[in-house]
Amino acid sequence: MARDLEEYLRPEVQTTPFCPGCGHGILMGLLLRAVDELALDMDRVLFVSGIGCAAWIPSPHFNADTLHTLHGRAIPFATGAKLFNPELTTIVVSGDGDLTSIGGNHLIHAARRNIDLTVICANNMIYGMTGGQVASTSPLGALTSTTMEGNIYRPFDLCKLVKAAGAAYVARFSVTQPLSVISAIKKGINTEGFSFIEVLSPCPIQFGRRNRLDTPAAIVERLHEQCISLEEAGVLSPEELEDRIITGEFVHGGA
Amino acid sequence: MRYRVVQSIFPPGNYYFSGNEAVAEGAIAAGCRYYAGYPITPSSEIMERISVRFQKGGGVFIQMEDEIGSICSVIGASWAGAKAMTATSGPGFSLMMEAIGYAAFTETPIVVVDIQRAGPGTGQATRVGSGDVMQTKWGSHGDYQVIAHSPWSVQEMYDFIIKAFNMAEQYRVPSFVLADEAVGHLREKIVIKETVEVCDRVKRPGAAPFDTEEEGGIPPMPSFGEGERLLVTGSTHDAYGFRKTDDPNVHARLVSRLHKKVMDHRDEIVDVEGYYLDDDLEGLVVSYGFTARSALFAVQRLRSDGVRVGMMRLKTLWPFADRVVAEVSKRTKKIFVPEMNMGQVAGEVMKYACCEVITYNQTNGEVIHPHTILEEMRRIL
Repeated sequence: MARDLEEYLRPEVQTTPFCPGCGHGILMGLLLRAVDELALDMDRVLFVSGIGCAAWIPSPHFNADTLHTLHGRAIPFATGAKLFNPELTTIVVSGDGDLTSIGGNHLIHAARRNIDLTVICANNMIYGMTGGQVASTSPLGALTSTTMEGNIYRPFDLCKLVKAAGAAYVARFSVTQPLSVISAIKKGINTEGFSFIEVLSPCPIQFGRRNRLDTPAAIVERLHEQCISLEEAGVLSPEELEDRIITGEFVHGGA
Repeated sequence: MRYRVVQSIFPPGNYYFSGNEAVAEGAIAAGCRYYAGYPITPSSEIMERISVRFQKGGGVFIQMEDEIGSICSVIGASWAGAKAMTATSGPGFSLMMEAIGYAAFTETPIVVVDIQRAGPGTGQATRVGSGDVMQTKWGSHGDYQVIAHSPWSVQEMYDFIIKAFNMAEQYRVPSFVLADEAVGHLREKIVIKETVEVCDRVKRPGAAPFDTEEEGGIPPMPSFGEGERLLVTGSTHDAYGFRKTDDPNVHARLVSRLHKKVMDHRDEIVDVEGYYLDDDLEGLVVSYGFTARSALFAVQRLRSDGVRVGMMRLKTLWPFADRVVAEVSKRTKKIFVPEMNMGQVAGEVMKYACCEVITYNQTNGEVIHPHTILEEMRRIL
């Protein structure tokens, strides 16, 4: 973490728990840069997270009010706090398993209600903390500790899901696109209503080592190759788009 | 602890309310300003009335997508500074259990009203039961303490919800009104007084929000947005909320304090009511909730026949009235516990009583008729 962002971290916290090569540390820095660039008053920011690796991005690191909740339930906890005190800038940061599998129903309903939350989903396409089990975001064929012969189910396209449910701002970028991530988080926070930012975050330990991406560099490189912008995707055929991840802003809302 | 007397929001006077309506009014009187719920029979009238009352100003109401969302948002609102509640019934109550444990572990004041129906499963959705007594205390994983009130009248629905809010704030625990469907849907006269005694949470800027050296063991509780930079987690935590999941001492100390902060105050929390508790009784009925109305009828009939029987009504179920039961059991030959479940409170009575304990269990979705209790008591005495 860059030293100029130290003021946003609790002084008691000396290290992060993330594995070598994990994208969550990068996302952590990008999120704080967005907070810094918006000059948010940390006394008025509430970070809410569920359970899992990504839930540890704000808790205990961020020097603001942080609420580390139950698996899948970050959004309803945040809903209660935000509705009772609308002055709080309420940012939910959690993982794909947490927000979209066990917490999937809360996600679509919060988007439908257009509650003024910014939800940042750190998507590593697997259950990291519990030992690399398949997630609702794992790609078809992915090898995980519960799909040793390859995942047979299609992954959610989270941005399409949340867009359909009525979110005011929806974007997807990878931690390999740091400036875009910062910009999207800033737009999400500035959007009045429900904002959803999916951030692709590599998991070399649980995902990479099972899927022939044995080093942090390999999984980052793979992510880099896979990601394609909305504009580039527009001229490609469905076959060419197979295995690619479209990044960009899908709903602009009132930002 | 900060108790203060405030004017009743609802115009004082005599009213003819249902139990569910009374509990909604009592909650507002106690300062409830956040309500999240999900429809379920036989509790829904509470949510409906609060949704209308909050519309006229003063509170935040949301109908969530399920009971899990409801209680989680109540906990979030409580940390944002609200006196917050939800109401439900059996299946919804089961769904809330994980979050109830979270609230206990993070010392979040919340109030839950459970209008009990006949279970298990979907059971008899519109019928009465008292099957959630043990779930209230033991439904979530791990060791924790809660406070549960057991009303037998519409008046007590109003009075006990106010107590539930005050005790939730005072002890920083989940606090329950555990009513039977029969009380929720009962209509009778209640008196709304001019004033209400309410308890406000203690705030002390900079103080540790999760531990205290002070007697009583209840730390002050700040809210989000007050500049305290709170660290709230459902993981094992130290006095300032830092996760300390690998430290056996931190975990043991925390669980022990959460236990003691309620159990050391149980003489102040436990509320019982005695009838005809003479020195030497042939039999004693221990009863609670709606069943106690039938039990009192039977006891009064037996007294008029000259039978030396008494009754003890448990106005609180958790923490359990262990010392009272132990004491009163010395003065009777038998204790009779009629219940609309298979013996959930009877089991507790057996733990502490030094006399014979006889049960009557009825789980057919109907209230226990006064004559049923009378016949059973005549049979055993």
